[in-house]
Amino acid sequence: MAEWLSISDVKRKISESSAEEVTASYLETIGKSRINGYTCTYDGALEMAKMADKGEGEGLLAGVPIAIKDNISTKGLATTCSSKILEGYVPPYDAHVIERLKAEGAVILGKTNMDEFAMGTSTESSCYGITMNPWDLERVPGGSSGGSAAVVAAGEAPISLGSDTGGSVRCPAAFCGVVGLKPTYGAVSRYGLISYANSLEQIGPMATSVEDIATVMDVIGGYDPRDSTSINREIGYRDALVDDVKGLKIGVPDEYFGEGVDSGVEKSVWDAISKYEEMGATWEKVSMPNTKYALAAYYTIAMSEASSNLARFDGTRYGPRNDGENWHVMASRTRAEYFGKEVQRRILLGTYALSAGYQDKYYLKALKVRTLVKQDFEKALSNVDVLMGPTMPMPAFKIGEKIEDPLSQYLADVNTVPMNLAGVPCISVPCGSSDGLPVGLQIIGNHFDEATIIRSAYAFEQNTDHNKARPGEVA
Amino acid sequence: MITKDEVEHVGWLARIEIDDADAEDYAVKLSSVLDYFGQLDEVDTEGVEPTYHVADIMNVFREDVVTPSLDQKDVLKNTAAEKDGYIKAPRII
Repeated sequence: MAEWLSISDVKRKISESSAEEVTASYLETIGKSRINGYTCTYDGALEMAKMADKGEGEGLLAGVPIAIKDNISTKGLATTCSSKILEGYVPPYDAHVIERLKAEGAVILGKTNMDEFAMGTSTESSCYGITMNPWDLERVPGGSSGGSAAVVAAGEAPISLGSDTGGSVRCPAAFCGVVGLKPTYGAVSRYGLISYANSLEQIGPMATSVEDIATVMDVIGGYDPRDSTSINREIGYRDALVDDVKGLKIGVPDEYFGEGVDSGVEKSVWDAISKYEEMGATWEKVSMPNTKYALAAYYTIAMSEASSNLARFDGTRYGPRNDGENWHVMASRTRAEYFGKEVQRRILLGTYALSAGYQDKYYLKALKVRTLVKQDFEKALSNVDVLMGPTMPMPAFKIGEKIEDPLSQYLADVNTVPMNLAGVPCISVPCGSSDGLPVGLQIIGNHFDEATIIRSAYAFEQNTDHNKARPGEVA
Repeated sequence: MITKDEVEHVGWLARIEIDDADAEDYAVKLSSVLDYFGQLDEVDTEGVEPTYHVADIMNVFREDVVTPSLDQKDVLKNTAAEKDGYIKAPRII
């Protein structure tokens, strides 16, 4: 198959044949894949599809296949965060989002490859090997939800779920030419998401169209009492699919076009902003003065939280275990052997930042800078409806290009991490190309104002051809 | 510059055994990142409150009601060492 199908295309195919046939077709495509986007497929997928057929199409996603990032717990299906330390782990329960998807009849195709424990911008640090970008197999798909974006771009799933801690949905969406949304912090339950940096991360959907993003959000969004950070607020995502941006006020932060932004990326994004003008929106420059400190604050906080969240992986309750005369030695040897180098680096940095004598210098300082970054958004978004800029400063880079230099890879996240610090929603939509590779336009809104960013993205998509560009045959 | 000894100490705190060769590599790579973090010193944060949590919610309570828990057999399937319905762990103290 390897064709791009929307949810409505899939439903049409189901009505012409069956959900079972559609799922079987996707599984066949995945079997021939060259991009290594999946860590495993689900043995029960065809059974789920048959159930959907028996249910006569009930549910918003009845019979629609979906790929799930490997850090979202799925009952009876291996969930390893692409790490050797969780090799063989099979969750005994479903994440909240999986319960919701199942309730609406979705069919789980399998788990998608990712940077180990969602730490990365390239999906090169997975224990399952590198995922390739369908547009150019020598390039990364972005990260950390690289598998989730690549399988959608390659036609190996119509929709997928990723998680976004510092841009991990938006970055691979931009690099692979698909749409990706990071919801407002608290809009989607994190119950069952294996946590890396809990105050920053959100589960978000990826798809070939804004409409499909809205449909998935209508399914997975909403309150869950099992997540104490979940917020009870109704948002009608599909109601926001309105092809009209007349009167929309766009803010363009200078700081998002700083040093190191690729010229092709810059041109594509400005062309997009001109298109909005043509469609009846207005734009003005806005200032986000603390943007330049966001990256350092983000990594300090993320690594500090990681050092705490990943303490549970010691070989005792799940995963492989090394020998040792006592728990301390056993845990230290297990963690040294089964965590990858990047995960170890971040745990060590986080432990250092939280250790006696350094906590105020690094961690507390970063939390105060976070306040200033959040205030930048509050101020800017009090005058405009949305902010726009490039999702990533460059198109997909070559495999191996940044892996040996962690700091250079961290710097690539400069335009995506401020939104996680502030908790605001943002979406990446295809807006052009640079050297034949996709470029993402990032649209950012106020807390719980997903409706405005979805409307903005939808109208852009309806009035341009960027989302019709496809990678070559890769399956 | 973070020293090799400091790396080993942090490794102990983080429960990650680090051998000599790795400690040197970590010392270099961690130092460059910590130097980068050091730019936060430039920011004037006098009087600024820290943001621990972006959503302004506090004290999330629920009723203390007993609900079904996970099946013990399912949970134990994931451990490398199980005995008599418990997870067997090495001596801690």
